[in-house]
Amino acid sequence: MSAAISTRVHQSTLDDANWVRWSLIAVALGFVILFLCVPLVLVIIQAFSKGFGAYFSALSEPDMQAAMRLTLLTALITVPLNTVFGVAAAWAITRFEFRGKDLLITLIDLPFSVSPVISGLIFVLMFGAQGWFGSWFVEHDIKIIFAVPGIVLATLFITFPFVARQLIPLMQEMGSEEEEAALSLGASGWKTFFLITLPNIKWALLYGVLLCNARAMGEFGAVSVVSGHIRGMTNTLPLHVEVSYNEYDTVSAFAGASILAGLAIVTLILKTLLEWKQTNRATV
Amino acid sequence: MSILLSNISKHFGQFAALHDIDLEIPEGELVALLGPSGCGKTTLLRIIAGLEQADKGKIFLKGEDKTDLHVSQRGIGFVFQHYALFRHMTVFDNVAFGMRVKDKKVRPSEAEIAKKTHALLELVQLDWLHNRFPDQLSGGQRQRIALARALAVEPSVLLLDEPFGALDASVRKDLRQWLRNLHHELNVTSIFVTHDQEEAMEVASQVVVLNKGRIEQQGSPAEIYDYPANEFVSKFIGQTNEFTLEHQTIDWFKHIGLLISEQSKVAHVRPHDIEIAKSTNNDTPITLKDWQHLGALIRIELTKTLPNGKPKLVYVEMPNEQFKRLQLNRGDKVDLKIRHAHWFN
Repeated sequence: MSAAISTRVHQSTLDDANWVRWSLIAVALGFVILFLCVPLVLVIIQAFSKGFGAYFSALSEPDMQAAMRLTLLTALITVPLNTVFGVAAAWAITRFEFRGKDLLITLIDLPFSVSPVISGLIFVLMFGAQGWFGSWFVEHDIKIIFAVPGIVLATLFITFPFVARQLIPLMQEMGSEEEEAALSLGASGWKTFFLITLPNIKWALLYGVLLCNARAMGEFGAVSVVSGHIRGMTNTLPLHVEVSYNEYDTVSAFAGASILAGLAIVTLILKTLLEWKQTNRATV
Repeated sequence: MSILLSNISKHFGQFAALHDIDLEIPEGELVALLGPSGCGKTTLLRIIAGLEQADKGKIFLKGEDKTDLHVSQRGIGFVFQHYALFRHMTVFDNVAFGMRVKDKKVRPSEAEIAKKTHALLELVQLDWLHNRFPDQLSGGQRQRIALARALAVEPSVLLLDEPFGALDASVRKDLRQWLRNLHHELNVTSIFVTHDQEEAMEVASQVVVLNKGRIEQQGSPAEIYDYPANEFVSKFIGQTNEFTLEHQTIDWFKHIGLLISEQSKVAHVRPHDIEIAKSTNNDTPITLKDWQHLGALIRIELTKTLPNGKPKLVYVEMPNEQFKRLQLNRGDKVDLKIRHAHWFN
């Protein structure tokens, strides 16, 4: 009842703007439906177009399994590493004064501003057979490009900013007084970090890790350049989707895509939860 | 000597925050580091704590050289201006923190920690808040918890950075009293930083006046007030009237009772060291302009036209009763008599 009354009051005061409001909402909603919901539904319909049996056999196919394993492996290596790098970078930037700090902040953002394809090419130029360090690796029989290490390196580069970007503004706002207080009470540096800093940044850190993981699993451009698309060997899930699609194996392509879409939805839900936790930090 | 600083200097880039500070603080004193903002007082406090490193100089606490010791090893208690309570811990956990992070070998048992924590919370009269979180407390309560937390590690020296700075006026008054009483009870050597001279005079047993990274004067509040070492201290501590000796003002100075010394050029006179009376002579150059009630005292504004044509304001303070007896009105001519002055070069 009260909601209806308040709407009426608003309507009377915003009479002229009413059609503007509704058309803007319609445009936004239409965009979301057309570009997000419809494709998502299509992915699922296509994945199941030949029945559940075909869907699950596509998922249990060895190449698909290998792609999933590689994607998981890449995420398992890059996410922890970038969590450590991100915390270290955020710590250095917010707790120390040094020359070139602004440059460091800009450099952390570099993977965001460079096209992923270029990022991939950089690694080919460095570690490829014709690259700068290529001959040394060839001599020692170490394969980086068109092999798993290259994929991990490219993903590591692409996902580097996520954790640091989440932590820097928060740690800047918090200041270092609580840490100084802990030190003055006799706590060691490690104890201060684990007992004071970490509890204060944990939600932002998890949020950064989540985004980092989503990108690590979903990265296409940079990985595509360094992977070499060897089925069952150097194909990650996104690459496998593309290869299958190009070979008109729609069920396999969309089955892979449905896994990635599911990952995106889970990420979105967790992200919303974490955002909620972060804003309610004081009362939790 | 509980605290001994020798030759402490500190630069931030080009800016010299502290120049060759030498300071001795005897056991059990409650010392105020007093000075205008930017004078280096907080930097000095942080250097004693080990939160900042001096460029040169030595720090001795209880006779031991602590210059190169990490902050966590110095045995100091530090109370931050904005309290810096651990926001994710209860009041109890905040106070217990210092005991819980001790090395296993010297750490008290959890039962002992609990007992001592409650005792400290009793001491600051806030045990009833032990399971609250810091953001559920008022500013004054946070301040007292921060103090209890610092005392939990039994520091040899207690350092407080602007302890009353973030509180409103009435709470500040109460806490000043309370801190002085607490210091009487515990007798731990303490230093607090303040820019408020009234606060320094009221709370401290010793006052160290700092300006532009140098110590201007150190002494008891009475010494600082009655015998200021230089113009800066005289002006910074309490109200003062400044009289500059020039060729044309000599006669007037003699007339109002300012003794003229050979070398000194500037006389500082406290407002309560001036007597006034209604003048019978209409040519008297001093006029009563206005007055304000300051509680028990009245502050009277007088103006005099100087030989160079500019008006000079002179402030006089006296008890209400005395002012009533004089029966003065705005615009009356008055005679001055200066009882006491501090002369500076």
